[in-house]
Amino acid sequence: MTLVAERVLQSFLGLALLTGVFPNLVSAAEIDFRSLVKPILSDKCYACHGPDAGQREADLRFDLAADALSDRDGSPAIVPGNPEESLLVQRILSSDPDEQMPPADHPKQLTKSEKKILREWITQGAKWQKHWSYESAKRIPAPKMPSALEGWDRNFIDQFIASQLDAAKLSPAKPAEARILIRRLYLDLVGLPPSPEEVDEFVADASEDNYEALVDHLLDSTHFGERLAMYWLDLVRYADTVGYHGDQDVSVSPYRDYVIDAFNSNMPFDRFTREQLAGDLLPEPTKEQLVASGYNKLGMMSAEGGVQPEEYLAKYIADRVRTASTVWLGSTLGCAECHDHKFDPFTSKDFYRFAAFFADIKERGLYSGANRDGNWGPFIKVADKELSELLKPISERIAALEKDLSASTPELTAAQKSWESAQIAELNRWTIAQPVSAKAMHGTHLEVQADHSVLAKGKSPNTNSYEIELELAEDGITAIRLEVLPHDSLPQKGPGRAGNGNFVISEIRVFPSDQPNTPAVLENATASIEQTQAGAGNPYKKWAAKAAIDLDVKGSTWGWAILPNAGKPSVLVAEFAQPLANGRYRVVIEQNHTNPKHTLGHFRLAYTNAAKPVRAESQDSFDTKTKEALLAETRTANQKKLIDDKFRSICTELASVREQLAAAKKQKTDVSNQHTRSTLITEAVKPREIRVLARGNWMDKSGEVVSPGVPHFLEQIEKSERPTRLDLANWIVSPDNPLTARVFVNRLWKLYFGSGLAKILDDVGSQGELPSHPELLDALALEFVDSDWDVKHLIKLLVMSSTYRQSSLMRPELESLDPYNRMLARQSRYRLEAELIRDNALAISELLVKKIGGRSVKPYQPAGLLRHLNFPRRTYQQDSGYNQYRRGIYTHWQRQFLHPAMQIFDAPAREECTAERARSNTPLAALLLLNDPSYIEAARRFAENSLTAELETDARVQWIVRQALSRKATAEESKILLGLLKEEKQRFATEPEAAKQLLQIGLSTPNAELDAVELAAWTSVTRAVLNLHETITRN
Amino acid sequence: MNSETNIQLEQAYTNALRRSFLRNTSFGIGATALASVMAGGKTSLAAPTEELEIPEWAGVVRPLHRPAKCKRVIHLCMAGGASHLETLDHKPKLAELDGKPMPKSFTDGQQIAQLQGQRDKLKCLGPQHTFAPQGKSGTKISSILPKIRTIADDICVINSMHTDQINHDPAHTLMNTGTSIPGRPSMGSWLLYGLGSETDNLPGYVVMTSVGGGQSQPIASRQWHSGFLPSRFQGVEFRSKGDPVLYVNSPSGINLAQQRRLISTIQSLNKLGNERFQDPEIATRIAQYELAFRMQTSVPELMDVSDEPQHILDMYGTQGGDGSFASNCLLARRLAERGVRFVQLYHRGWDHHGGIKNGSAVTAKLVDQGTAALIKDLKQRGMLDDTLVIWGGEFGRTPMAQGSGRDHHIKGFSTWMAGGGIQPGMSYGSTDELGYAAVENIVHVNDLHATMLHLFGIDHRRLTYRFQGRDFRLTDVAGEIIEPILA
Repeated sequence: MTLVAERVLQSFLGLALLTGVFPNLVSAAEIDFRSLVKPILSDKCYACHGPDAGQREADLRFDLAADALSDRDGSPAIVPGNPEESLLVQRILSSDPDEQMPPADHPKQLTKSEKKILREWITQGAKWQKHWSYESAKRIPAPKMPSALEGWDRNFIDQFIASQLDAAKLSPAKPAEARILIRRLYLDLVGLPPSPEEVDEFVADASEDNYEALVDHLLDSTHFGERLAMYWLDLVRYADTVGYHGDQDVSVSPYRDYVIDAFNSNMPFDRFTREQLAGDLLPEPTKEQLVASGYNKLGMMSAEGGVQPEEYLAKYIADRVRTASTVWLGSTLGCAECHDHKFDPFTSKDFYRFAAFFADIKERGLYSGANRDGNWGPFIKVADKELSELLKPISERIAALEKDLSASTPELTAAQKSWESAQIAELNRWTIAQPVSAKAMHGTHLEVQADHSVLAKGKSPNTNSYEIELELAEDGITAIRLEVLPHDSLPQKGPGRAGNGNFVISEIRVFPSDQPNTPAVLENATASIEQTQAGAGNPYKKWAAKAAIDLDVKGSTWGWAILPNAGKPSVLVAEFAQPLANGRYRVVIEQNHTNPKHTLGHFRLAYTNAAKPVRAESQDSFDTKTKEALLAETRTANQKKLIDDKFRSICTELASVREQLAAAKKQKTDVSNQHTRSTLITEAVKPREIRVLARGNWMDKSGEVVSPGVPHFLEQIEKSERPTRLDLANWIVSPDNPLTARVFVNRLWKLYFGSGLAKILDDVGSQGELPSHPELLDALALEFVDSDWDVKHLIKLLVMSSTYRQSSLMRPELESLDPYNRMLARQSRYRLEAELIRDNALAISELLVKKIGGRSVKPYQPAGLLRHLNFPRRTYQQDSGYNQYRRGIYTHWQRQFLHPAMQIFDAPAREECTAERARSNTPLAALLLLNDPSYIEAARRFAENSLTAELETDARVQWIVRQALSRKATAEESKILLGLLKEEKQRFATEPEAAKQLLQIGLSTPNAELDAVELAAWTSVTRAVLNLHETITRN
Repeated sequence: MNSETNIQLEQAYTNALRRSFLRNTSFGIGATALASVMAGGKTSLAAPTEELEIPEWAGVVRPLHRPAKCKRVIHLCMAGGASHLETLDHKPKLAELDGKPMPKSFTDGQQIAQLQGQRDKLKCLGPQHTFAPQGKSGTKISSILPKIRTIADDICVINSMHTDQINHDPAHTLMNTGTSIPGRPSMGSWLLYGLGSETDNLPGYVVMTSVGGGQSQPIASRQWHSGFLPSRFQGVEFRSKGDPVLYVNSPSGINLAQQRRLISTIQSLNKLGNERFQDPEIATRIAQYELAFRMQTSVPELMDVSDEPQHILDMYGTQGGDGSFASNCLLARRLAERGVRFVQLYHRGWDHHGGIKNGSAVTAKLVDQGTAALIKDLKQRGMLDDTLVIWGGEFGRTPMAQGSGRDHHIKGFSTWMAGGGIQPGMSYGSTDELGYAAVENIVHVNDLHATMLHLFGIDHRRLTYRFQGRDFRLTDVAGEIIEPILA
């Protein structure tokens, strides 16, 4: 055993007593291959004698038993049972620089005890074992409870834990106090603190049944999904920006909400996996499954001008390999991008075969222009869950108003009758002019239609001038009318030839045939519509009819235009100053606007001798069908309806109903837009060619072309056609996959016990750590698969155990034996994650808005943090209203400049998959909690709540401590806080202005009924409490 | 040094924290005494005397692998990719070929960035500024760097740099972390991890930025991130506007005495917790709140240059506080004096795809005086001997024209180093006659890193950190020390 003890002292595991950790692996002095030998071989020998064929020396490898034990022409490296004959032993013990291994200049030398271990292992027969995580989990019955601990166990977890503790002569900790248990459960399962009332209720009766009821209650909470999603989002590197170069925004927040919902609805983990990797390939995928497939689009992307697309396609696909293999397999397959893996059996070909699964994802290497148009690939629009609820009353209102609009009353019938006769008279006053000829410039051809309208065809120049010759058949003509008409041949159906269907008539002139240079004087121009949009620079402030008869005094670019009336008829009417006699006239229509192609496409001229004033009336713009219907001798049913609708659309009697209807419809559109987000999805296209890239060099086209496949040493996908992402997903969640369940269960263990059973969460390969309780990890993995990947079931199992419920207090005997708590003789205590520190402060101060999901939000952030960004330049627009007080998980995740409240507390930028966050303890964190406006505002609201609770000073201190820490303040603590209160009151009393300044921090307004000095002083007290180590610690 | 030893040292550090905490609690001091002082209305800006002593992080490289030549780095990053052809690499032949086709033998099969579509029409662009030999060394420096010309005998110009990444973001990442894959520690973080810092009032790794003279390419905070190293080794950005360090100022309405009182209250309560929970993290937390408070005073003191004499301000060409490169150079010297290990200044103005003649001159003017002043100032204070100054961009620019400018270029560019064990007054390596590719004494970014660590007494192959099962290092799998430039 001395050997073992010696090894342990320098063990990379950092454990004090191996026997304590792996008692079942080490019996007497037997050298266990997995825990003792393999790590040495892997770390010290594999670099030259391992899986990487490119670096292998002497054609000797120690990662495969057959190779290591082979005869090698009579000088075998390892002779089981005979160290003296084993070349390995001779070389590692040699002091000859030419002989010794590892070579003298190798950075990793063997320690004395490592040499002893290797020698002893060979003496004992050099027994080989396959790497633990590549073998199927084994069903081993849970060990019998040690007699000393009988009755302690609540489920099989406790049996495994107790067995090791007993072997190390340790006992479990006492159960934690009820108030600590409930706080632990709340923080672990929903990430929020319990309210004091909830604590009281539980403490009053912390029975087994109540504990279980509490667990069930929290697993059912909608906040459970938020808590677990936080972790998943780190793994899949979810963010709201693209990461490379300009780090532009990208909309994928519906994916985040999908993850929350999936955990809340306890979606089986296998389905969860399939939907993310291959939701788009499922038969008739639902919207949710498409949203889930956005997983494949969560990686970084670039819109940088000089990007070479092929290089970035290689980067994107390599990133997908790194991520998927870490997320589901806990494997560092990513290390095989440039060469075979140094420690695990992954070959470079394995890397590129894995990459080939993702070769069908529609994407671009360079998202050229995406910095402006936001086009980062295929997307769908997703309505927020609350949208249908929000729209319901609006739709009901619209239906009611539409009913009002169509309802018939005697008054309306009478009004319509008189309206109709007026319209008919009005229509009859115009005579359609029959063009004698129609000419245009610049290759445009004007074609006179059967209805005497004129249609522009041929070239569409930037400006134009039309000349129409007319014969006026009557005398005393008082006015001329220009109808602009829609036509299917025109952009947006016209009536103009500009892309948006618009035109600008800069001038209309009417020349009598005997006076070719002197136009008739026009006046009082009116139109059925005068465009106001884009009217700011217009001297008339709109695109007025009179601009078309002003003889261009304000410039020839201005004139009459009609947006948003594209695709509909409109009219312009102008009076003649002197009535015209019958005869031939030339009408010249100038179109000289500087914006190109704003010329007229389809129009008709008419004249009248009606008495002045003659104005453009709304009915003038009636479409042809309505006019025909009005003038018809007998109307068809359709014509009747047309006229009814027309009347109801303009009659004054229904004006208010129409306005309300329009407003309601606009509201419907606005609300729909506000609550609809786009989200990137995966779209499968023909897979592109994937080659093995020698040394990862994307320019090297010499490598072998590969088809999709999983690492060669694991169970293969059997399929005749090309395997897809869906096949990959199915392979990952196949019950036979030795990695998936272990990896996920190990990570869940970390969430509830502080570190994984295998401590290194992102590598269960050779260089990872052997689990402290391998059989327990296997049992949990099997339980997970057997339960059909039931996540909540597994979590419940963990938190129901006695192991989970232990006190976290350190005990002197553990200080040296198990300082890192790997044996679980107590619970762990650690700082809350970044998001939860925020959530906790907002919850304690009751500022928290507990809405689930939605767009990402922007809490207060120091100005100028985004000033290094460009394309486009950005300033941070903090959220106002309730979105300022949302949970941390919804924080806008800016990859290049993560919000400091997240970054300083170790939330990752999510450029790469993160399986474990650091837990730092830095001065920057202290400054943040002390001075960030979010925490000042929370402290102020916390103080307000304490003051409105109408308590005596001492009781108020108690109230504050209980609110934040779920416990009473000790006498000493009260005294310290009261001391602070007294001094702060003095300070603010002498300078009330300072109190006001403090209280103004944050968007929420302070309670005006409270005395400012009093509130400011109490705010100092609550600041102190929000800064306490205990407040931000889960124990 | 291998990873095991590193991890042991990290554990030793944690254990030291633990011991420190045990020692202090066993003395039985704590909140009671402090509370009574405070209740008496006496508060002082000094830390309470019972403050827990937390050992400084002393680094994992103990002892040093070899004697150190320097103690700190000031990296002047000419971000955007300063053109070597307009600054430090004189190419008369390129002038001759100005406007003529770029010989295809240079460019065939090579990576090209924005000029991709014009492969067949590439033309040479002659140097836009004149060069002349300077000082005793005769180092050739461009006319747009008149002040840097005056320090020619203090610097060592490397004309044979090359890198692997042709776009800004990954090229910066490579320059800082030795690889273009995000998530690895930057060189400042590696140095802090290896050696610790010599200040306990300021962060050991400070970053400042300035703009002007050309389009400002984005700079990501990953450039000073600690990657997989613990976050206490991360670079801290000092800003010229707003709080110089995020949240370093007390909220409005709270004066420094109040802030001290608040922190003392938090400390007292945490110490009570310490007695109850025996959690070494509490001891660290207490120490960090003390450091936070010290930063609230030391950072404004650092940023306030009113104690600098006028002739020093004139030498740098700044009155300070304006966020200019010159002002940042002055602050860099102040940081170096206070024991900060790694100072990094980015000037984001060198991306001259067009108008490089005027653009390079304008940008050069913005960095020239501050740079030269920094070298002279360090020298006159005797600090240049143990301060390594590195000047250069993430890549160079093409000898080929991109309109009136130059595109990104990775096959050859220039950087200079000074002080801290570097041979002064020399030039090293060269590019071909057109300044396209480094051909003699080629230096890769990894070699620069290897050399930098060497000057600190660190073997770049032995400063490692185990992450995802692999021992990572700043130089990844490469890196050769550039022996000839060592003093």
